[in-house]
Amino acid sequence: MSMDIHAVNDHHDAHADHEHHHEESFVSKYVFSMDHKTISRQFLITAVVMAVVGMMMSVMFRLQLAWPHEGFALTNFILGDKWAPKGVLDPNMYMALVTLHGTIMVFMVLTGGLSGTFSNLLIPYQIGARDMASGFLNMLSYWFFFASSLVMLLSCFIETGPASGGWTVYPPLSAVAEFMPGSGLGMTMWLVSMSLFIVSSLLGGLNYIITVINFRTKGMSMTRLPLTIWAFFITAILGVLSFPVLFSAALLLIFDRSFGTSFYLSDIIVNGAPLEQTGGSPILYQHLFWFLGHPEVYIILLPALGLASEIIAVNSRKPIFGYRAMIGSMLAIGFLSFIVWGHHMFITGMNPFLGSVFVFTTLLIAIPSAVKAFNYITTLWKGNIQFTPAMLFAIGLVSTFISGGVTGIILADSALDIPIHDTYFVVAHFHIVMGLSAILGMIGGVYHWFPKLFLRKMNKTMGYIHFWITFVCAYGVFFPMHFLGLAGVPRRYYTNSEVPMFDNLMDINVLITCFAIVGALGQLIFLFNFFYSIFRGEKAEQNPYNSNTLEWTTPMAHTHGNWPGALPVVHRWPYDYSKPGEEADFIPQTVPLRPGEVDGGGH
Amino acid sequence: MVQLLIYLAIALLIITVSQLARVFELAAELKGGHKNKPTERENRNNGRLWLVYLVAFFSFILWQLLNYGPRTLPEAASESGVKLDWLFNFNMIIIFIVFIITHILLFFFAFKYYGRDNNRATFFPHNNKLELIWTSVPAAVLAVIIFLGLKLWTEITTPADDTKSEVIEIYTKQFDFTARYAGKDNVLGKANYKLVIGANVLGLDSADVNGHDDKIVKGELHLPLNKEISFKIRSQDVIHSVYFPYHRAQMNSVPGMTTLIHFKPTITSADMRKRLKNDKFDYYILCNKICGTSHYAMKMLVVVDSPEEYAAWLAKQPEFLPATAKTAAITEPTAAEPKKEEKGM
Repeated sequence: MSMDIHAVNDHHDAHADHEHHHEESFVSKYVFSMDHKTISRQFLITAVVMAVVGMMMSVMFRLQLAWPHEGFALTNFILGDKWAPKGVLDPNMYMALVTLHGTIMVFMVLTGGLSGTFSNLLIPYQIGARDMASGFLNMLSYWFFFASSLVMLLSCFIETGPASGGWTVYPPLSAVAEFMPGSGLGMTMWLVSMSLFIVSSLLGGLNYIITVINFRTKGMSMTRLPLTIWAFFITAILGVLSFPVLFSAALLLIFDRSFGTSFYLSDIIVNGAPLEQTGGSPILYQHLFWFLGHPEVYIILLPALGLASEIIAVNSRKPIFGYRAMIGSMLAIGFLSFIVWGHHMFITGMNPFLGSVFVFTTLLIAIPSAVKAFNYITTLWKGNIQFTPAMLFAIGLVSTFISGGVTGIILADSALDIPIHDTYFVVAHFHIVMGLSAILGMIGGVYHWFPKLFLRKMNKTMGYIHFWITFVCAYGVFFPMHFLGLAGVPRRYYTNSEVPMFDNLMDINVLITCFAIVGALGQLIFLFNFFYSIFRGEKAEQNPYNSNTLEWTTPMAHTHGNWPGALPVVHRWPYDYSKPGEEADFIPQTVPLRPGEVDGGGH
Repeated sequence: MVQLLIYLAIALLIITVSQLARVFELAAELKGGHKNKPTERENRNNGRLWLVYLVAFFSFILWQLLNYGPRTLPEAASESGVKLDWLFNFNMIIIFIVFIITHILLFFFAFKYYGRDNNRATFFPHNNKLELIWTSVPAAVLAVIIFLGLKLWTEITTPADDTKSEVIEIYTKQFDFTARYAGKDNVLGKANYKLVIGANVLGLDSADVNGHDDKIVKGELHLPLNKEISFKIRSQDVIHSVYFPYHRAQMNSVPGMTTLIHFKPTITSADMRKRLKNDKFDYYILCNKICGTSHYAMKMLVVVDSPEEYAAWLAKQPEFLPATAKTAAITEPTAAEPKKEEKGM
């Protein structure tokens, strides 16, 4: 095995020497590139575009929820007279926006965007590899992702509108076109888009796993890997094991929709006549969907936690507290995430005894999660904290991870889930613990690794302003939703004005929408900073944060093969910050151990 | 015009922020700061902002508790709901304590240990004792939570004894609820979705005598006080959810299967109005699973009566297939017309 790796590396070394003679065309360099750095940037920029789309959708439905039946020029401007006559959002379009907001944010931004950007950027850089195991599959991974995003966006422009059965697209609602306009062609396009996405995710995931296992440089043992790599590695394994199950769910749904099978359909009446397809079970879809759906939560969350681990350690100028416990808890979370899916189904008619098993496994996840949270907090303790924008976002992530996580303890408890299932309490919970944590981690990652992505730096002060606006609005939007949920407000309601019991809650919705608007405007600062800095930002220096990890030993240029000479050799773990007896407060992984020095946190 | 102004304002805002940011950075550079690393002053300011955030965040939460708290659902109106609320509050207190302690530590550490120029962090890579504590303490607390939770869950989900309960079917379709009372024999007649034709809205099988005294009711669901109600839930099109927010009960209705819940109402509608000092208060069933365009409007009024009122109300409801012409005569004209359905659709 190791001989093979050396052969590959030698080949690359030779290749690097010849680089100067090898002019790449524009297409092979920027479009169909097989270079992990370019692919990473392609993923990031696509994800930023999709995030803007997803965010605009949320602003439009938040306007409707705060001021139901009122017209807004913005809504009309974007959606036109058909879907927003006089600026009043159409109920079908409301459902479609909610559905696509969820799908785009969960899959395109926080799965494809987050893993695609940072796994691609950091895996080869931080393990000391020339590139991914297969540059070609990696390129395909991006282009499948691009096609998937494109199909999803195009579905917004068809006559019956995009898919609108919620991001979980439960059949029979999504299976029979007559049940709602969005279950027609829009749903077909949703399924096509998701199928492409799954292909992209599998190609990417297999690459990440193989690269981490086989392409680590000399001395880079598994226990010397930065936590970012551990997080990406476990995430990729989760994805490879669970996305095929979503594919089967989608495939069976395609069969039910288009080929007359009845995997999910039984005893249904359409337009007053019995449907011929019968004998299936809608619950089957839910089992298949959530078998992906729950690991998916951690596919989103773990990379963000990995990025935060690195950012917090570097900027606290301390080793991450409990490195091995952090790995252990990620492995435990990854394993448990496969046996908890039923907690989404406590009240679907699933056998209550099965429900109890899922209560038990789900609540177990709280233990490794608590370990992670305490370890982050302890890493700050007696640190010398450098508040880069990335560090602010990482601390924000720890906060949302905790405050969203604790409400999970309520929702995982099947009995307590009964009155708040599918209410705004759930919306608050998963947006805080998964949405906010992941997006804060992702944005933190962008600030932190911008010098490696674009060789320039983002403006720090704008970063500060962006963070504080974002963090204030984040809780401003989602904390009050707990109270809406406790008042019994169901999610995915076009308006709360149809039920008298919610008449006294209007001001809460207005407050939430105000925070959402300010928060969305705050992101404009980021977008400006991001795109401006790509072209005009200040040139970054070699190791701007005095980090230990290998990516900062590469030259500040995008060279093919990453290191111009031989690959770096690793002698120590990545967290030797402020080690006693050393003059500098950081020791890069390439520095050999002194005689008698113990690796991995001993001293 | 207004739109244009809004876009201009947004553009100006971005330009202002970016220019301000540049001025700050230039000023910092003049003072000899490093452009890239945060200066001690920036660290201090951000550290202080964490402290400000901590206070503001907790004040915001307290404000919400005082302001929004009273608007959450009132006391549970069912027997199991009362137990559920107790456990809910018990868990809520635990997570609130965890939330407050961890946030004080997190934000306070962020403030206290902001980077100083001549400071050095403490090398503290791990500590087995600490890690053991924060693994075992959550594990112990969770054991209690799991035990209490599962005990209640088993109690709530053990099927009701139909011989001692009032048996009622809830039938869902886009976008309303229909109730079927089991009648004198307290047994629901068989139904088949293929028989849903014309006035036979629930697809009752007229060959089953148990169904002849069943009473189909739209619009209002009446429940008797202090009697266990055993609900059988069916759907004819998509998945809906039968959500009784005030009774802390919920179950999805799934086409192709019958799902079950049961609870015992403990407060009549009239009593609840008095307790809440709100004449207009009503119980509801809401649909709580996305079911189509008008999902938001799918609801049913629920009236909890005293046993006498309930009996009187139920007596007035027409039977599906009245046993004699005499009972047919007193049937209201709006009743579902009894009709022989042809089979084998």
